[in-house]
Amino acid sequence: MKWLPATISGRIYASLLLMLACAPFIFEWVHQPFYLDLLSRALILAIAAVSLNLILGFGGMISLGHAAYIGIGAYCVGIPSYYDYYDGWLHLALALSVSASFALLTGAISLRTKGVYFIMITMAFSQMVYFIFLSLEEYGADDGLVIYSRSEFPGWLSMDSSSGLYYWIFAVLLLSLFFTHRLVHARFGRVIVGARHNEQRMQALGFNTYRYRLACYVISAMICSLAGMLLGNFTGFISPDMIGWARSGELIFMVIIGGVATLFGPLVGTIAFVLLEEFLSAITVYWHLIFGVMLVALVLFGKGGIHGWMSMLDRRSADNG
Amino acid sequence: MADCLLKIIGLTRHFGGIVATDNVNLSIEQGLIHAIIGPNGAGKTTLISQLCGQLKSDSGDIEFDGHSIVNDSTASRARRGLARSFQITSVIMPLTLLENVMLAVQGNSGHSFRFWSPVRHDRVMEAAAMSSLAGVGLAERAGHIAANVSHGEQRQLEVAMALAMKQRMLLLDEPMAGMGKEEGAMMVDILDRLRGDITILLVEHDMDAVFSLADRLSVMVNGHVIATDTVEKIRANHEVQKAYLGDSHA
Repeated sequence: MKWLPATISGRIYASLLLMLACAPFIFEWVHQPFYLDLLSRALILAIAAVSLNLILGFGGMISLGHAAYIGIGAYCVGIPSYYDYYDGWLHLALALSVSASFALLTGAISLRTKGVYFIMITMAFSQMVYFIFLSLEEYGADDGLVIYSRSEFPGWLSMDSSSGLYYWIFAVLLLSLFFTHRLVHARFGRVIVGARHNEQRMQALGFNTYRYRLACYVISAMICSLAGMLLGNFTGFISPDMIGWARSGELIFMVIIGGVATLFGPLVGTIAFVLLEEFLSAITVYWHLIFGVMLVALVLFGKGGIHGWMSMLDRRSADNG
Repeated sequence: MADCLLKIIGLTRHFGGIVATDNVNLSIEQGLIHAIIGPNGAGKTTLISQLCGQLKSDSGDIEFDGHSIVNDSTASRARRGLARSFQITSVIMPLTLLENVMLAVQGNSGHSFRFWSPVRHDRVMEAAAMSSLAGVGLAERAGHIAANVSHGEQRQLEVAMALAMKQRMLLLDEPMAGMGKEEGAMMVDILDRLRGDITILLVEHDMDAVFSLADRLSVMVNGHVIATDTVEKIRANHEVQKAYLGDSHA
């Protein structure tokens, strides 16, 4: 059967995507609409994790400030809606252009640093965004801002129903996965990956690694702003709490749990993260404790994350076959 | 000198109070293999790093093909045709040999802000990379991961990458370091075949290799170039012997 993916992990990912595509029908059938909300939130964060993986995984740039772009995307829905502008294309254009400009400006400065300094400076910039939104009295400051109606895309699928919004999220997720896949296998991606492994060598080969990294950082921020835009629509409420640096840390964990520098790693990592968070918090109020221990164990022993385990299955079946 | 490709004028670099290179003047002729020898700490590697742009120079000038390049970045020097290989093996370990060389081809073929077409399907680039690998005798190893091949093969890979960049001049920092006898002989053979096509500045401790390869020989001591001449004349030079054997033997 030629249409089947050749590896076990490929089949698992294909069935996962198929299941995600059918999810609204499944949850309707079992009368559990709550789970569609949970899944919508997971997939929104997955888009953010996919975008973070582009710089963190493939590019080796560990940013602790990526949640800033979720916030920018969300406020680009919230603030126009406050003035009764619900045009989705306007929201989209704003989210992409504001996030790109902010990423270009801050990236140009941050990328002059390396390692732990890069982590600190990205975090500082995201805290800057946090305090800017915190000081916007007109838009609710720390009380946040309610969005009364979702973005409107006339002629396209309406976001008003939860399944309609879910398919928007799913489509953006698919697009960002496909885009990442093309990007990392194109010339641009080769330069980004090469610079992660040996930057000095890449410069000696004639690549201005700084410019490529900056472009990668901007692209990643723009994808992340889409997640923010969807999150604003999903929760109908935005506040500076979406942007705190702990949020950025969670995104890093999602990428690591799933598998750094892999295509589907951030997706499965985020789903695992959100599900664990949900079920552990239902069992005990001390769930953070259990969760923390699990994360430490995963980082210590689970090299390569969930994707790493699956490629172990691939290798085992290849050895047997 | 008729055809001088690289001209070094009064190049100096301090590290705190230590003078690593001190007013170095040197001209490298087009098409020759020019070797630099000297005791440890003479400033040879510092000089190479200054030439390729990884170290800034405190003073002095570098002219490559008539242009001053002393303020250019490493990347733009590489695009002009001046590239280095490293004393410590510096290839991109997790990639295959072919992918390494393809990156070198890519660096030499315009910008890489191309986001969509997969590199895998680029037959032209692959063919160019394969011919460079064949040039150093690595064609059959193309699919292996760089981290898994022998040290000697990694050094050969470096030369293949330099070839793929179609460089006009190579700065080779101890290309034979850590090689076995056979691998060393193979490297000498490869460099010998490049003579005439590519100008080479070679820093090497293996004297047999230096004497068999070099058209010109410079001796560096304490950051100075104390002599530049043909191999025969350097071997007979009194001052060079003094530098190597110490004053008491002179």
